[in-house]
Amino acid sequence: MTELPILLGLALSHKVMFGTALLGSMAGIVGSFAVLRGRSLVGDMLAHSALPGIGLAFLILGSRSMLGLSVGALASGLLAIGAVTVIARWTRTKEDAAIGIVLSTFFGAGVVLLSIVQKPGIAGNKAGLDSYLFGEPGNMLTGDLVILSGVGAAVLLVVALLFKEFKLVCFDIDFAQSQGWPTLMLDLLMMASLAVVTIVGLPIVGVILMAAMIILPAATARFWTNRLHLMLLLAAGFGLAAGPLGTYFGKGLPAGASIVLAGASFFVISVLLAPQRGVLAQVLAEYQLRKRMTREHLLRSLYELSESNLPELTKLSLKSVRDYRHWVSLEKLLEQEVEKGTILRDAEHVQLTPLGLRRASELTKAHRLWEMYLVQFANIAPDHVDRDADAIEHLLPEALLLELEQKLADEGRLPYLVAEVPLSPHDLGSGTQDSQR
Amino acid sequence: MQFFSDIVNPSAGTWIVLTGAATNVACAMVGCFLVLRRMSMMGDALSHAVLPGLVVAFLLSGSISIVPLFLGAAAVGLLTTFLTQTLHQYARVPSDASMGVVFTSMFAFGVVLVKKYVAGLHFDIACVYEGSLELVPFAEPIAGLPRPLFTTLLVLLANLVLLIFLWKELKLSSFDANLATTMGFSATALHYLLMTMVAVTTVASFEAVGSILVVAMLIVPAATAHLLCDRLSIMLALSAAVGIAASVLGYWAAIYWDTNIAGMMTVAVGMLYGLAVMFSPRYGICSTLVSNLQMSLRVFREDLLAMLYRVEELDASKPLTAAEARKALGSGWQSRWAMANLFRAGHIDRRGDQLQLTDRGRDDARRLVRSHRLWETYLVEHLGMPLDHVHEPAHRIEHFIDEKMLQELDAELKRKGQDPHGREIPE
Amino acid sequence: MSANTSTTAFEIHDMTVAYHRRPVLWDIDFTIPEGKLVGIVGPNGAGKTTLIKATLGLVPLASGKVEIYGKSYHEQRHLVGYVPQRESVDWDFPVTVRDVVLMGTYGRLGWFRRPGRAERKIADRCLEQVEMTALANRQIRQLSGGQQQRVFLARALAQDAQVYFLDEPFSGVDAATEAAIVKLLQTLRASGKTVLIVHHDIQTVRDYFDYVVLLNMRLIACGPVDTTFTNENLQKTYGGRLTILDEAAEAMRQREPNR
Repeated sequence: MTELPILLGLALSHKVMFGTALLGSMAGIVGSFAVLRGRSLVGDMLAHSALPGIGLAFLILGSRSMLGLSVGALASGLLAIGAVTVIARWTRTKEDAAIGIVLSTFFGAGVVLLSIVQKPGIAGNKAGLDSYLFGEPGNMLTGDLVILSGVGAAVLLVVALLFKEFKLVCFDIDFAQSQGWPTLMLDLLMMASLAVVTIVGLPIVGVILMAAMIILPAATARFWTNRLHLMLLLAAGFGLAAGPLGTYFGKGLPAGASIVLAGASFFVISVLLAPQRGVLAQVLAEYQLRKRMTREHLLRSLYELSESNLPELTKLSLKSVRDYRHWVSLEKLLEQEVEKGTILRDAEHVQLTPLGLRRASELTKAHRLWEMYLVQFANIAPDHVDRDADAIEHLLPEALLLELEQKLADEGRLPYLVAEVPLSPHDLGSGTQDSQR
Repeated sequence: MQFFSDIVNPSAGTWIVLTGAATNVACAMVGCFLVLRRMSMMGDALSHAVLPGLVVAFLLSGSISIVPLFLGAAAVGLLTTFLTQTLHQYARVPSDASMGVVFTSMFAFGVVLVKKYVAGLHFDIACVYEGSLELVPFAEPIAGLPRPLFTTLLVLLANLVLLIFLWKELKLSSFDANLATTMGFSATALHYLLMTMVAVTTVASFEAVGSILVVAMLIVPAATAHLLCDRLSIMLALSAAVGIAASVLGYWAAIYWDTNIAGMMTVAVGMLYGLAVMFSPRYGICSTLVSNLQMSLRVFREDLLAMLYRVEELDASKPLTAAEARKALGSGWQSRWAMANLFRAGHIDRRGDQLQLTDRGRDDARRLVRSHRLWETYLVEHLGMPLDHVHEPAHRIEHFIDEKMLQELDAELKRKGQDPHGREIPE
Repeated sequence: MSANTSTTAFEIHDMTVAYHRRPVLWDIDFTIPEGKLVGIVGPNGAGKTTLIKATLGLVPLASGKVEIYGKSYHEQRHLVGYVPQRESVDWDFPVTVRDVVLMGTYGRLGWFRRPGRAERKIADRCLEQVEMTALANRQIRQLSGGQQQRVFLARALAQDAQVYFLDEPFSGVDAATEAAIVKLLQTLRASGKTVLIVHHDIQTVRDYFDYVVLLNMRLIACGPVDTTFTNENLQKTYGGRLTILDEAAEAMRQREPNR
């Protein structure tokens, strides 16, 4: 172990940084599975439920050996998980209540045990509630780092070996079960790795920070990708970065809290700015969709009102347009189209320009193709059709498009500019009223 | 005598128990709705998230008096609820993750605020976590009551008023939020109101029992009551009772073993929950096991009776031996028990190794076989099931057909004499 | 069905509903006269439940509007009754059958007022109408599927609305309950109420309903069953190929034209 002298020579602050970074990345990885399985708060529960185990271990062993306390904490945590499972499965109590019950009663028992431990007369270092809550990152020993690295390597190994199995269980546990995978075992293994990472991290960073590190990097990573292996990498990355950044910017502040706040900042930035799932991106997309939809409604309506007179461009009365369907802000819409050069208007009339006619007939054709497609393939269409007026022609294979177009033409509904066959007058159903003044 | 002198001049212990009990009851009242709405973890979340609100209120008002504290709590309650909802609805973060993100961040923020602006003063975080019921009797008195008790009673009153005025609205929105909204009772507004009350209740309880134990008091008595009854009003009353019981028991145990009082109250309430899980007359694990066992034994007894009847029908001169019967039923303690039970009840006689039905036993057996054969007839005639498929379902269902259903079957099948296999249907 | 005697109970104008950029309902526009039993029919994923939820304001509209007796839904809330799908309920909730039915009267009471004797009488009357009086004090978990459905119907009756929306009331229900529900609906119609029902079984549409709304993300057709529930419209709703069963049923029906 030639690294050992190097490790021993590391300054404490470097050790702390290394340790918190390592812990953060491990938490990001196991946390990803927890978040995907809807178990974000189990990390919180584990962290709190470990307390009685720690207290008992201390009472029995009488000294603050990290190994002993960790074993106690792990036992207590696993017992808690077992209790939640039993309650949720065999009683009327629902899972969220079960987690809350176990979390608080175990913690209460832990507080009781600590109060015994802290009495004068009990030998050994007093494990104060403070250090349990907030950890003692400042006391990071080289030994602690070694243990952390060991656990980290083990977790990585498990995840790498069982990646596809974990992935399956996360996304469709029933399917996994039906395929014969031992889903219960896999689930327990996931929970166990969560427990181990949480327990190992507790003495270093404390309860609240541990609970946060399980959730924050994973939830942050989720905004940037839909692929599991990328999510794991990103979560590890965010967890890794939160440590050093937090301690650096939070000089003079409690280390644990600053690390959480660093993680939270990543989260907030991701919520707002992530390209597809971020809030701003979504708001923008909704706005654009709505705008496009109303624009299409207008052009299509104008086309349908003018259809019977084509190829002549009809001068339509504004009233007929207004009555054709339900509008929210017709005036504004008309202004926008005038600017785009698709319509001409005066105080009482509206008319498509040649450019407008071209655009409107393309839109109408796409819309009618889509309707025809739904008619033919109604049972499966809702899953396949992402209604994007211009894209329908890109979604469907050429042969199918031609077939649908032909059907439209047979019905006499293929829009003018696109048809090679002359139109015959037909009934548009509701609305072709006053198309000429 | 101690009791009466206690009323006039309460001892320290009485104050502590009263405070614990008041806290428990105040928490139980809003906690019941948290449990029923499956928002138990919001209790945990809120109890952590209020920390920055408290600090800000303290900084702004310069004191730790009640009003600014409650205002700070209410503000944080609203903010936390808003952030959690928004993250869940608009950013599509799963609801538990959004709770977790919001409350851990807010708590961390609170810790930073404490360290920077109020270090050393009243706000010792561990204290907030753990509470200090022991110090209650020595707190400054307001209106003759220790301060924590006073604030808790105030909140208890507020929660009570809330429940009285909005009982049906809370009940409806917890049961069927969509219907509530369509009736004009905005489920969202009620949700925010409830969460705000939880936040305020949490803060009032901090001084006494600390933040984690508040979570216990919010949820555990409510969950216990849920296991014991089927009406919402009873559930609320029971949860208050469980809370009070836990306070008293916890206090005694803590005094006896000289440990942390609030922690002991939590352990006590956890044990009460455990007892309910095991022994609740309707929903407990033990009662479920017992009734399953009873059912299974009944099936064994009846199977034995019916088997003896059929053997008799075929050839009365060759009765079944005990060993053969046990083998047919599947040897195990249950068949042994069934046989012994039938002897005792006077349904069968034992002559040497052979089993005979008594008159009483024959009557019961006849009824069973009648059910079985009527059901087989029904299956074949009305549902068109093939002959070789009807025995199994009839065998299973024969234990559960009551007299009324037998008569209906009879009328339906118009008094048939024979089952589809050609055997006689007994009267 | 003469045009001049029918008042319009329910009208949708150009409704479009979109979830996350994907339109679920597109340009829905139809009118329902009062006093009709209306079946809303379409394949899975057609948006039938969404239509109801959008009408009741439970889901936002991308465009369009809804009118009940000529006014907006929000003004006419008290005239509307709603029976949701059974799966959406927590059956462990500590309420009895009577409690659930009583909830139907809450809307009329408004904020803060408690249900009193009058409301309890109404609830009991509604329980009688669905033949559930014997089970009034049972906790709801202990009911069978058909009984649960009856409880929700009784609750809707207690709402004493003018226009009712029922979401798949017949799914998973025994034959006796189904017959009872149909009888109840006919009683409602006789008192001039309008009932819109999301229905999954096209075999029974002709037997149960006066009007039918054929839906598949957009409106295929809406009108009296006789003229609207045609093979052609069904093909447009369900796709070019009906299943074998449907074709056989259709063939049988054509042999019995006076059914």
